[in-house]
Amino acid sequence: MLPWILGFLLLDAIPMIVSFYDSFTKFNILNPPKWVGFKNYIEIFTSDPLFWLALRNTLWWILFSILARLLLAITTAAILAKNRGNMKIFRTFFFLPAMIPTVAATIIFAFILNPVYGPINSFLHFIGVKNPPLWFYDPHWSKWGLLILSTWGIGDSMIIFLAGFLDLPDQLEQVAELDGVSAWKRFIHIKIPLLTPVIFFTIITGVFQGFQYFTQGFVISSESTDSSNSMYFLNTHIYIMGFKYFYMGYASALGWILMCLTLVITILLFKTQNKWVYYHNQGKKL
Amino acid sequence: MTKIVKEQKVKERLGKSRDKTDPCISRKVLLFITRHSSLIFFSALFLFPIYFMIVTSLMNRTQSLLYDLWPRPFVWGNYSEILKSLPFMRWILNSLLVAILCSIGGVLSSLPPAYALSRLEWRGRKIVTFIVLSSMMIPLQVTIFPSYWVYSHIGWVPSLFPLIVPFFFTDIFSIFIFRQFLIGIPDQFSESARVDGVSEISIMLKIVLPIIKPAIFAVTMLIFISSWNDFFMPSLFTSENPNLWTLPVGLAQIYGTHNYNANLMMAASCLFILPVLILFFVAQKYFIDGIKFSVVQR
Repeated sequence: MLPWILGFLLLDAIPMIVSFYDSFTKFNILNPPKWVGFKNYIEIFTSDPLFWLALRNTLWWILFSILARLLLAITTAAILAKNRGNMKIFRTFFFLPAMIPTVAATIIFAFILNPVYGPINSFLHFIGVKNPPLWFYDPHWSKWGLLILSTWGIGDSMIIFLAGFLDLPDQLEQVAELDGVSAWKRFIHIKIPLLTPVIFFTIITGVFQGFQYFTQGFVISSESTDSSNSMYFLNTHIYIMGFKYFYMGYASALGWILMCLTLVITILLFKTQNKWVYYHNQGKKL
Repeated sequence: MTKIVKEQKVKERLGKSRDKTDPCISRKVLLFITRHSSLIFFSALFLFPIYFMIVTSLMNRTQSLLYDLWPRPFVWGNYSEILKSLPFMRWILNSLLVAILCSIGGVLSSLPPAYALSRLEWRGRKIVTFIVLSSMMIPLQVTIFPSYWVYSHIGWVPSLFPLIVPFFFTDIFSIFIFRQFLIGIPDQFSESARVDGVSEISIMLKIVLPIIKPAIFAVTMLIFISSWNDFFMPSLFTSENPNLWTLPVGLAQIYGTHNYNANLMMAASCLFILPVLILFFVAQKYFIDGIKFSVVQR
C-alpha cells in the first residue's frame, strides 16, 4: 500500500499541482519558472490562431470519430450477434485490427490511401471516379482518411456492444416478434434503447480519447508535410509547444485547458444521461 | 387465455413459413449465404490492410511501387535487409525490455492496492476508491511537464527509465481492472480463513491469488500491449538517442525522414506487429475478458 500511495502522490497528485502552478509562469526547462499571472491563458485565447485551429480540428474529430465508431461497432456487433454459430472466427477477424499498434496501422494506411498508387485510389479509378481524393495530401480529405484509419480499429467497442447484444433479455424480443413487429423496428425500438448505457460509455471514452488524439495525425503529417495543419490537434499543439519549443508554462496552461474542456463536456453529457440513457437495473449507473 | 392465443399465432406463423419454404434445402442455403455474405464482406474489409501489409512486404522494390496485390516473385530479403540496415534489433530489444518490465511492475504494484480497495474493510475506503477512479480521468498532458522536468534533472532523459519506473509504483488502470475482478469473488472463502486466524497476507496469496489468475493474465497483457504500442511517451523520453528508441518511435522516424519504400516499411511493420498477433492468438480470451471488465459498471 505504501509504495502505491507514494507513487500516487509523486506521479499524479504533485505533478498536477505543480503543473497548475507552472501554467501561470514563464518556464522553460533551463530556467526556474517565473510568475506571469494569467498571461499564458490570455495569450492562448487572444493571440494564438493555432490553438483555435487545433480546437476546431479536435472538436471535429471527436464528433465524427464517435459517430463512425458507434455506427460501425453497432453494425458489426449486430451482425455477429445474429450468427451465433460461427461467431468466434468472425469475431476474431473484426477484433484483430484493434490489436495492431497505432504507428503500424498509420503507416499501413498511409500506403493504402496513397493518392498515386494506393489500392484504394486504383479501385476508385477502376470504378470510374474521375478525381479520387488525395487523402492525406489534401487538407479537405486528410481528416476523413484518419477517420477511415480509426474505424478500422473499432474492435474493442465492437466486443463491448456484442456482449451487450448477447446479454439482452430474450422475452421482449420474442413478444414483439409474435406481435408482428418488423426486425428493423425491433432493432431500433427494443435493442438500441436497452443498449443506451453501452452507447453512453462509448461516447464518454470517445470524448476522452478524442482530446488525447495525437499519434496518427503526427506520424502522417511528418511525411506528407501538412502545411495547412489539417491534422493539427490540441494534443499536437501541446506536444509541439512543450517539447519542441520548450514553452513549458504555456504548454501546461494548454494542458489545463484541455482537461477543463474534457471535464465540461463529460459533465454536460452526464447531465443529459437521464433523458436518454435507460438503465435496466436501476441504481447501477455509470 | 392469452397464452393459447399466442401459441396459435406461433403455429400460424410456423405454418406460413413452411408453406413458403417448400424446397427446404435451397432456402437454407440461401439463408446461409445471405447471413454470411455480410459477415464475409465486412471481414474482407477488415482484413484487407493486414493482407496488403504482408503481401507488400514480400515484393521487390519496383513491384511495391505498383501496389499490386500479389508478389511476383516472392522476395524474402526485405526482412533481412530491415534487420541489418537499421538498429532494428536494438529497437526490438528496447521495446521488449520496456513492455516486459512494465507488465511485471504494473501487476506487482497494482494488485495490493486493488485488493485493499475491494476486499478489505477500512474507514475511508469509499473516498479513496473515488479518488483513485477519478484520477484515471486526469489527462497525461496535465502531469507530463513536471514529471519531464524531474526526470531531466535526475539525468533520466534520454533513457528508458521514465517509461518503466512509474509502473513499479502505480498503474491506475490496472488497479481498476483488478478491482473489477476482485469485487466479483464471493467473500466466504476469505471470511472462513479469517475466522481460522489466517493472516491477511496469506489469504491474499493462497486463496485469492489462484482465483484471479485470469485477471493477472489479462492485466499483464493489456499493459504489455499498451506499452508495446505507445508512441507518445517513448518519443518524449528517448528522441535524442536512436539507440534508445522503441519500435513505434523508430518506425515513425524512418517513415517520416528516410521515406523508405513500401516493401521495406511493410516488412518492418510486420515484424512490429508479429509479437502482438502471437500474444493475441495465444490468449484471445484474456484480452476480451480484460476489455469487458474495463466496462462493467462501477
